[in-house]
Amino acid sequence: MRFVDEFRDAEKARALSAKITSLCEPGRQYKFMEVCGGHTHTIYKHGLEDYLPENIQLVHGPGCPVCVIPMGRVDDAIHIARRPDVLMTSFGDMMRVPGSGGNFFDSNAEGTNIRMVYSPLDSLKIARQNPDTQVVFMAIGFETTTPSTAMTVLRAAEEGLENFSVFCNHVTIIPAIKAILDSPDLRLDGFLGPGHVSTVIGCRPYEFIPRDYSRPVVVAGFEPLDILQSIYQLMVQLREGRCEVENQYSRVVPWDGNIVALRAIAQVMELRPYFEWRGLGFISHSAMRVKDSYADFDAERRFAVPGVRVADPKACQCGEVLKGVLKPWECKVFGTACTPETPIGTCMVSPEGACAAYYNFGRFSRQRVREASHSS
Amino acid sequence: MCLGIPGEVIEILEDRPDLARVSVSGVKRAINIGLLTDDPPVPGDWILIHVGFALSKIDEQEAAAALEFLESIGKAYEDELAALQESRID
Repeated sequence: MRFVDEFRDAEKARALSAKITSLCEPGRQYKFMEVCGGHTHTIYKHGLEDYLPENIQLVHGPGCPVCVIPMGRVDDAIHIARRPDVLMTSFGDMMRVPGSGGNFFDSNAEGTNIRMVYSPLDSLKIARQNPDTQVVFMAIGFETTTPSTAMTVLRAAEEGLENFSVFCNHVTIIPAIKAILDSPDLRLDGFLGPGHVSTVIGCRPYEFIPRDYSRPVVVAGFEPLDILQSIYQLMVQLREGRCEVENQYSRVVPWDGNIVALRAIAQVMELRPYFEWRGLGFISHSAMRVKDSYADFDAERRFAVPGVRVADPKACQCGEVLKGVLKPWECKVFGTACTPETPIGTCMVSPEGACAAYYNFGRFSRQRVREASHSS
Repeated sequence: MCLGIPGEVIEILEDRPDLARVSVSGVKRAINIGLLTDDPPVPGDWILIHVGFALSKIDEQEAAAALEFLESIGKAYEDELAALQESRID
């Protein structure tokens, strides 16, 4: 239980906080992006911003797989699910993501059969048990879930299943980071690299960030002290004028990633020329599609998919939140029209979404800050 | 969905070397270990699981820390466990 005790240790957090503060150059503002929604969750849950000096700001990144799915893809999925011979399967997180005419639950109320599954392998089992039904798995996620979909397709191919396919929406994190670095809206000083994605892709794919953009990256774990330690490592690099990729989460993340997983992805999938991200628009080579050699398992080839593009609702500012330009509470509909129960935007849907995390944990701490500033 | 959840390997299924019976917070389910063929887990090892697949081996201390983190986030982990409970991978 060493780690648990350590991470719970507020003393250690305060000591790190003091070391971080001592590295700040007077008058300089620091902005670090935590790419992963899991990190956002930890930051709000444990009020980590309270441990940082005021001139260090944490900015939330696009690493919430549900949040970046554009409405058009939800509509396309529902279009497939409306076929009478189709049973669609989806992770639970995806069920409440709004399309232009409602989410998967709304669609089921109108007659589709979209079922929640834990794993793509559960979808495969449903396909085996229902040979007369076309089972379509709504595949979403970054590189943490992409290998699972690839392995499932390989298994389906091995078994010669003819009624299983995937509607592939897997996205890759590197082009999104690059899009943010190229965006004029935001000037960042460094990145907390995603922990679980890196168990698959390793640390090498981030090397372009110090090389081409002169920004440090520290791949970080999910415990509160992991995040503070990673911020400390970023500050040390900046102070020493270094700019490298470091792996704070080496107890889980191998530098080269999971080679078997990368091989499975490469066997089944290839990069799309471009893909639409909610809020970020079209990004080149930022998502995966099923390769020609596995075309039989590609729902986009098996069924006619309209490929509609739907603009985000006007009131919703998820795009700005995903790019880190706006904090969740700065969105016009945050906590009023848009709540976890009735989300307008995707960032409020998933527990990893910045808005949902802030709604659930953050507002109390912010409230305290406001009260403190009013009374002083 | 994106949460990595720790589980302890109970046994490798005899007829299916790519599947292991794994205990996650007391829930015992089959988990695919086909992504760990470079360093296959054995009973007693801890693994980090994403949507039915083990993505990495971890030590017991890391497993305890990860579990502590997951339990602290509440509903998202409860939903993930409930989904795992429904899972019947084979």
